[in-house]
Amino acid sequence: MARTTRMRPNVPAGVAGFLWLLVALVPVYYVVITSLRTQEGFFSDNPLVPPSDPSLDSYRLVLESDFLLYLVNSIVVTLGAVLITVSLSLMASYFVVRGTGRLSGMTHKVFLLGLAIPLQATIIPVYYLITEARMYDTLLAIILPSAAFAIPLTVVILSNFLRDVPNELFESMRVDGAGHWRMLVSLVLPLMRPALVTVAVYDGLQVWNGFLFPLILTQSPDQRVLPLALWSFQGQFTVNIPAVLAAVVLSTLPVLALYILGRRHLVSGLTAGFGK
Amino acid sequence: MSITQREERAVPASDRDRTTRPAHRSGPSVWMAMPALVFFGIFGLVPLGGVVALSLVNWDGIGEMSWAGLANWATVLTEPATYHAIWLSIEFMVVCWLVQTPISLLLGVFLAGRSRYRAVLGVLYFVPMLLSAAAIAIAFKALLDPNFGMSLAFGIEALSQDWLGDPDLALYVVIGVVAWQFIPFHTLLYQAGARQIPAALYEAATIDGAGTVRQFFHVTLPQLRYTFITSSTLMLVGSLTYFDLVFVLTGGGPGDATRMLPLHMYLTGFSANEMGEGSVLAVLLVFTGLVLALGLSGLASFRKGSQMEGM
Repeated sequence: MARTTRMRPNVPAGVAGFLWLLVALVPVYYVVITSLRTQEGFFSDNPLVPPSDPSLDSYRLVLESDFLLYLVNSIVVTLGAVLITVSLSLMASYFVVRGTGRLSGMTHKVFLLGLAIPLQATIIPVYYLITEARMYDTLLAIILPSAAFAIPLTVVILSNFLRDVPNELFESMRVDGAGHWRMLVSLVLPLMRPALVTVAVYDGLQVWNGFLFPLILTQSPDQRVLPLALWSFQGQFTVNIPAVLAAVVLSTLPVLALYILGRRHLVSGLTAGFGK
Repeated sequence: MSITQREERAVPASDRDRTTRPAHRSGPSVWMAMPALVFFGIFGLVPLGGVVALSLVNWDGIGEMSWAGLANWATVLTEPATYHAIWLSIEFMVVCWLVQTPISLLLGVFLAGRSRYRAVLGVLYFVPMLLSAAAIAIAFKALLDPNFGMSLAFGIEALSQDWLGDPDLALYVVIGVVAWQFIPFHTLLYQAGARQIPAALYEAATIDGAGTVRQFFHVTLPQLRYTFITSSTLMLVGSLTYFDLVFVLTGGGPGDATRMLPLHMYLTGFSANEMGEGSVLAVLLVFTGLVLALGLSGLASFRKGSQMEGM
């Protein structure tokens, strides 16, 4: 009964909710319809009315530039960083949760402290390390620090999930003579699939959209990733806004696909990881 | 993220394991955590010390370094530009928090209600989370263009201002765009928090005759205080250190109207090639960020006792 009273339609809240929907979606809508305009149309049409003669010229222009190269770079960087982050963090969270000594508590503290370190403040030393290691202007230069800075949050979230795996399961495997590596591979890995998908999508999104590391650690066009490419498109096509916005749409499509596929996991997983 | 909250959970867990498990059953070896620790150590902890060391040298980013002692510190601490950047960062941080917190809180509580249309709205609200800061900055630059942007859509004179070119407006425009980018994430946190409030509390409040508004203030708000601290910590530290969107949207301009601390640090280090002075600014940034994060999580643990009794 209390539930039904609580669910009574709340009209002011509903109206405010739809207003925010407009705020959230109008800019996205604007980007999509503007990318379909011709360059002349951009200067004369009403920007919020869809073009009467949609044109894909901007998309052609973007795809004929080196967009596909930047796309491949972004995919390599994102996959590389996510693989490193998730596999190292899974092992570390196993030690944090299943470890017995003082060391596991200390490890946990290191990663909690790590959450508070702002990546932006470390760019000068990171730049120094990367140049000293002769990795400047390579994709690896983006992958390594991006993965490293994703580790603390990933460990913390995975540890939260791992604590919920019942001890009996570990015990019964131990009785069967399994070591920690086998438990990690054949017990933890399958049970934690949803959690792993969550952190992989979340970390992937961060790396895919990351701007600062690519900006300071790469330079040449053939090592460029998408966010940086958008920024340089903007300098290159200053008068051709529809083309710049077509690049924005194209760079977001892979993420949108991932969001549609993994939305349920992402939202429920993140809320479980953050919300406790 | 409440830092202390997690620590306290971890320690009793390992205590329990130690007492119930016979001694010969050993836990996993620390080597399992080593790769992550080493990796994070190299790129996270070493740079934290490195930034202090680099603040004591002259370096242009390419050539040889030379010892500078405290000269960079003296330069940075006597420059008005430093205080301007710090002041802007504080203003940005506070206004961002004031704008984003009420909206995220209300939207989060709204989305936590279980009805079909709210679930659909929720999916659509999160779309801005998918865009990169560079993409968002480019989109809003076009939308806010005084000649071809929104002004052309409505023909309203007030909309055709030079939003990003007016030094008095630019900071607030940046704050607005940042709010558009981050409110979805904080809405998600508040939604999760609100869903964990036991339904029994609302039932009791209804029996006592409390309406929706009183329930919000007397049940929902007090129950959300941990979410509030988590969200506020992420929001304050995040906006103190935010770089990407400001860099693409304004580049610090017009003039130095949006040249906040992180951007000032980047431009000093990588554009003016004064890595030493940039590192001094980075030390200031790390220090403020850590104090803020630890202070806020201290606040969380200080108030923890009273929260737990009610549960």
